[in-house]
Amino acid sequence: MRKRSQRLWFIGAASVLMVGALALGVIGFSGAVAFFQSPSDIAAKGAESFKQNVRIGGLIEVGSQSHGENGKLLTFRITDCKHTVPVVFDGIPPDMVVEGKGVVAEGKFDADGTLVASRVLAKHDENYMPKEAYDSLKRAAASEGTMTCGDGAAT
Amino acid sequence: MIAELGHLLAFLALAAAAGQSVLGLTTGGEAARRLAVAAAMFTALSMLTLIISFVRLDFSVALVVAHSHSQKPLLYRIAGAWGNHEGSMLLWCVIMAGYGAVAALFMRAGKLRDRALGVQGLLTVGSFLYLLFVSSPFTRLIDPPFDGKGLNPLLQDPAVALHPPFLYLGYVGMSFVFSMAAAGLINGNIDREWARRTRPWALGAWSFLTVGIALGAIWAYYELGWGGWWFWDPVENASFMPWLVAAALVHSLIVTEKRGGMASWTVFLAVLAFCLSLLGTFLVRSGVLTSVHAFAVDPARGTILLVGLGIAGGAALALFAWRAPTLKAGPEFDPVSREGALVLNNLFLSVSAALVLVGTVTPMVLQWLGDAQMISPEAASMSIGEPYFQLTLAPMVAFLLLFMPLAQAAPWRKAEVKPLLKWLLPSAIVAIVAALGAMALGGWGVFLGYGVLVGVWAIFGVGQDLLRRTGEGGFKRLLKLPLTVWGMAIAHMGMGLFVIGATVETAARTEQTFPLAPGQSAEMSGWKFEFQGVKIVDGPNYIATRADILATHDGRTELLQPEQRSYPVSEMGTTEVAIRKTLGGDMYVALGDQLRDQQNVWRLRIAHHPLIDWVFGGAGLIALGGFMSLVARLRRRAPIAPEVSPAEATPGTTVPEAGLGASA
Repeated sequence: MRKRSQRLWFIGAASVLMVGALALGVIGFSGAVAFFQSPSDIAAKGAESFKQNVRIGGLIEVGSQSHGENGKLLTFRITDCKHTVPVVFDGIPPDMVVEGKGVVAEGKFDADGTLVASRVLAKHDENYMPKEAYDSLKRAAASEGTMTCGDGAAT
Repeated sequence: MIAELGHLLAFLALAAAAGQSVLGLTTGGEAARRLAVAAAMFTALSMLTLIISFVRLDFSVALVVAHSHSQKPLLYRIAGAWGNHEGSMLLWCVIMAGYGAVAALFMRAGKLRDRALGVQGLLTVGSFLYLLFVSSPFTRLIDPPFDGKGLNPLLQDPAVALHPPFLYLGYVGMSFVFSMAAAGLINGNIDREWARRTRPWALGAWSFLTVGIALGAIWAYYELGWGGWWFWDPVENASFMPWLVAAALVHSLIVTEKRGGMASWTVFLAVLAFCLSLLGTFLVRSGVLTSVHAFAVDPARGTILLVGLGIAGGAALALFAWRAPTLKAGPEFDPVSREGALVLNNLFLSVSAALVLVGTVTPMVLQWLGDAQMISPEAASMSIGEPYFQLTLAPMVAFLLLFMPLAQAAPWRKAEVKPLLKWLLPSAIVAIVAALGAMALGGWGVFLGYGVLVGVWAIFGVGQDLLRRTGEGGFKRLLKLPLTVWGMAIAHMGMGLFVIGATVETAARTEQTFPLAPGQSAEMSGWKFEFQGVKIVDGPNYIATRADILATHDGRTELLQPEQRSYPVSEMGTTEVAIRKTLGGDMYVALGDQLRDQQNVWRLRIAHHPLIDWVFGGAGLIALGGFMSLVARLRRRAPIAPEVSPAEATPGTTVPEAGLGASA
């Protein structure tokens, strides 16, 4: 095989692979992407307008955690101190999911406007809260001038 | 005093490394070599002083205050020295200078060694400048507090104490591969000899990286309490990208070493692997990510790291652009040949790395664009999850494994597919039967079936190849096969095991939450779990709520004790799961939260993780295979030999192995 055809073969294989990978990537993107929303965003647009995965950040409203009727599910509300979003999670949350502290939940809305979370994330240590939780509070606070509610200070 | 001594030693190391780089890049010789060893010794002593400060709980050192506490056990006091940003950067310097010293002591004298030491010296100088002027671990407090703040409890674990050293041995190991590439380019000599001398470094760094990543995954599995071992978290991806590129590199180096081909591509990969290691460090250290790894949320440090990445990468690529036209192309080969197969391997691995890169940095780039107000905030804040990575990487891995046995058996230059396929028919049949069996057991999932298919195909195909290499001697000769062959076979079989384990675990894991009062029990997967209540237990620096659970299976009963630990010093909790290993997988029991309205009812999360040990065992075998190849290469010191041994002759092909184009 000649040098040139060898190179052509190589470039051909590489481009086929790249195109295939890119196509997969595009398909993968649409199903796997979750855009961040704050509770106020949800309240403004209505939960039913979000068909895809969303990520919601904020504080866990004090007094909102419960375990439902049979104790299998964890429910709580995420608040940005202006609006709240109800969340249900099937599982044991990470250790730092505590009322009044920052949290990020990712999932889809059900018909009632409750976020069925597939993942619940909290901060990993005592020093900071998840960025998205902080952003939610900051956006809500921009119109209200305060960044605290309950006992969770967004600092 | 000891902190000042450490600080001074770090400056001495910086000076030695500067001398090493100047001499290495100019006159070379004995002086550069001695300076490289001196730099490593100064750095190691400097690290030692930091460890002593941590062990002696010297609370006049700011770093000790921030990351240690008098109640902490000794092991985690030591590990605390690198379980933070500043200390881990010193560890980075230790390993970087250490690689230079190993090269200085053991590499054959010559221009290649001198230039490589010079470039390594430059990288070491850069690391020290960053350490000393941006993130010094030796900062003192004028007014020392009575006690420290403690180490993040999640990090108080043996696996994760060892995770950073191994990860850095991998990441920083890429720095010497980079130095070898730069040295080869400076000398204008990227040939078979260069590849032969570079390969051990690449193999070592890649194997260490494998171990480091696996330790992190094991830790995530049992310490985070969620039962997952890989979350496609950007921080995990940051280590996975250099791994993929280094995996491509150790394969393309084979082509360059044996055939003199793919030289410029190999050099490019060597540069890329280190750049991705730096990118990984940037992602973890800059604070663009919030995760358990992001100890230091400091944008200034991130900017400096990014500038460093730009300088190292830019200089190497400029050097590459300057010298690449002078690199000789290798001898011609047919697409269907071992070269062709290794090219495919490199394509799949590097496209995989590109896909991971796109999935990892897209959200960050959008975020940055949003912060700069170039796009709307709604579009700027997003995340890319598991489905993207599974969908894009699964086909890549499948192709990789499908071609693996073929690649091992194909001869250089020209092969024929038909006889190869015919010869591999037994493996194909076993793989199809195994896949159908797994699908029948596991509910006909396509993902499950094809993971088992390619995994079993790879394992049996590699096994067949081993048997073929024994020739007429049969099983007895199996042990006499060269160590390189065994290394390759073990790593490749490990890959097969890993893929089977990963797909089965992902497709067939089951988990359920049970709210239980003392005396109640739950049943799952043939096990019965009787909850007997919780008790409070004191640990060295934590208070544990420990559950007693009687687990019964096949008439045998044993006690499982998952815990929730609360660390008063850092006001944090961790979950300690109880894991019962069985042949087919793990029963995984985590103690959850208490029901709000019923004080004595606790929620237990019970999960079954089938074949989870295949995941970690497979990764272990991949690393073991890499290390075996490395040892084989170190033992064989003779200059390049004609590479085609009788055992390499391939079934069903008649192409003679004559005329090695590049061996002259």
